[in-house]
Amino acid sequence: MSNKTSKAGGFRARVTGLPKPVKFLGWIVLALLAYALPLLEPPFISTPGVDFGGVLFVVTMYGLVALGLNIVVGYAGLLDLGYVGFYAIGAYTVAILTSFHANWPLLLALPVGMLATLLGGIILGTPTLRVRGDYLAIVTLGFGEIIRLVAVNTEWLGTSKGISNIARPPSLELFEIPHLNWDTGVPLVDFNDSTTFIEFGVLDQIPYYWMGLTVVILVLIADKLIKDSRVGRAWEATREDEDAAELMGVPTFRFKLLAFATGAFVGGLAGGLYASRQSFINPQSFLLLFSILFLAAVVIGGQGNRWGVLVGAVLVAYLPQRFREFDDFRVLVFGLALVALAILRPEGLFPPRRTVRAKQLEQELDELEGAHDGHDGEAAARA
Amino acid sequence: MPDHTKVLEVENLTLKFGGLTALDDVSFHIAEGEILGLIGPNGAGKTTCFNAITGVYRPTSGSIRFRGESLVGKKRFQITQAGIARTFQNIRLFPTMTALENVLVGADARHSTGIFSALFRLPKHRREEAEGHDRAMELLRFMGIQRHADELAANLSYGDQRRLEIARAMATNPKLICLDEPAAGFNPEEKRVLMDLIRKVRDQGYTVLLIEHDMRLVMGVTDRIVVLEFGKLIAEGSPAEIRDNPAVIAAYLGVEEEDAS
Repeated sequence: MSNKTSKAGGFRARVTGLPKPVKFLGWIVLALLAYALPLLEPPFISTPGVDFGGVLFVVTMYGLVALGLNIVVGYAGLLDLGYVGFYAIGAYTVAILTSFHANWPLLLALPVGMLATLLGGIILGTPTLRVRGDYLAIVTLGFGEIIRLVAVNTEWLGTSKGISNIARPPSLELFEIPHLNWDTGVPLVDFNDSTTFIEFGVLDQIPYYWMGLTVVILVLIADKLIKDSRVGRAWEATREDEDAAELMGVPTFRFKLLAFATGAFVGGLAGGLYASRQSFINPQSFLLLFSILFLAAVVIGGQGNRWGVLVGAVLVAYLPQRFREFDDFRVLVFGLALVALAILRPEGLFPPRRTVRAKQLEQELDELEGAHDGHDGEAAARA
Repeated sequence: MPDHTKVLEVENLTLKFGGLTALDDVSFHIAEGEILGLIGPNGAGKTTCFNAITGVYRPTSGSIRFRGESLVGKKRFQITQAGIARTFQNIRLFPTMTALENVLVGADARHSTGIFSALFRLPKHRREEAEGHDRAMELLRFMGIQRHADELAANLSYGDQRRLEIARAMATNPKLICLDEPAAGFNPEEKRVLMDLIRKVRDQGYTVLLIEHDMRLVMGVTDRIVVLEFGKLIAEGSPAEIRDNPAVIAAYLGVEEEDAS
């Protein structure tokens, strides 16, 4: 056990010890690889039978949602079971403004959608953030369903028929990029299969993925900037001990509302982008199940760690598409995986680094104290 | 013009929980720059009094004025920002944050960086971060725990956690600092060191309100003492006066059958 942790620590130390330009270059290469992923179509990773670009787009949307929900659940510690409600507000605002009741371009409708969601977050949060824990979970659960039911029952929102012809992002057709073809076992450049940079069409979904990835990267950077500041500290203090935080001069209610609204803002952005790419939405796109999946992404990845929740989002969105042949077992496998996770890694796959440190020390103390009463067996099992 | 030598004035403070009267018509004041001890047997209402001052409980009646301004009805964080900081009887640090971050949260009480300053790294954010960081490290050094700045609060030793709580409270830059049994669980040597530390805190210009059980510590460090018993103020005076006060002796040692607490 100690061997493993020290190795991980060594790797981390080596990475963080690198000079700044090298690290920066590393990030650039990583980002370029991520952008090129659907063009490379690497075997095993790309999804047979489903459009790879489309799957990757959905993955970025889940990533975006996970980042937004992580602010609410991971940073501020507010259990939100109705996050899909914000996603829906963003999507419906964009749908109404670009197709159903007006003819706005997407780039104008999207910010309005995000503002509407932000407002929704404040309206929902102002009365409900005064209650704690379980109560908040129930209220938000209801909120998510209410939004969906309102959409089902309101003529103005298209009822269950939904809204179609939602505007796409403006295209800027510059040049064509060929894909790689791995059919022969070696990568060959395939000029018959190419993606236009950047055409947001019906068939080729890769540009949507690029857009999604760009937004994820921007949100990731914003997330880091906000977290490493007074705001991030206030969120964390509120999560850890709300009363103590308040008595240390943190206006906890204000910061909880800020977390809620910021999370809603990001959720609205994801919803708007999703609606634009689907070009069609109906209330079925915003089932309670999605709230659960979003939350699962955050919890599986490790709430409070932005990279962890991204990994969680990738797992939740990508794996079911990659292994479609096992589609019938999807929910079963998912359930088993969650149970296994709860037992083996209750903090998620990648808990925030500091949680890891705290746990390690606790464990060391445990081992020192209980070395004689059967703790060795438990430690071995954990390793 | 309010009397400026009185930092805190508590007048006829009464606090009832249903039928239970936790504080009954308590009046006292704290003068600027002094160390006031608040003592009494278990359940006398010391912590309740603390909680009323720091806004955790709302008084049933009576007034609490801080530098001439009423605190009743103010929110807890506003009271902290107004200049009263406290520690807790049971340590309540933010366990998953580092020692430095814990102190920074305290320092943030004086800051106003919001989400936009942070997002765009505006000069205000940079200035407040730098200021807060310097102040926090200074306080950690003052408490003698600067070596543990980057350790998680949960991982500090018990004594260091108590010291960190004091540092965090001082970081809010208060006029009045309230210590709730800071020496609980300390051995005599640690208590002696803490006593010196409390004096040093006062010498830095803070006014100190100290709840303490240990009579020797209280007698050694305080300028004045207020004694509570069953929610009532039974004595007030210098340590020497309190030591010889028959009511206090009775409260602490019990008279005849009255060994209630």
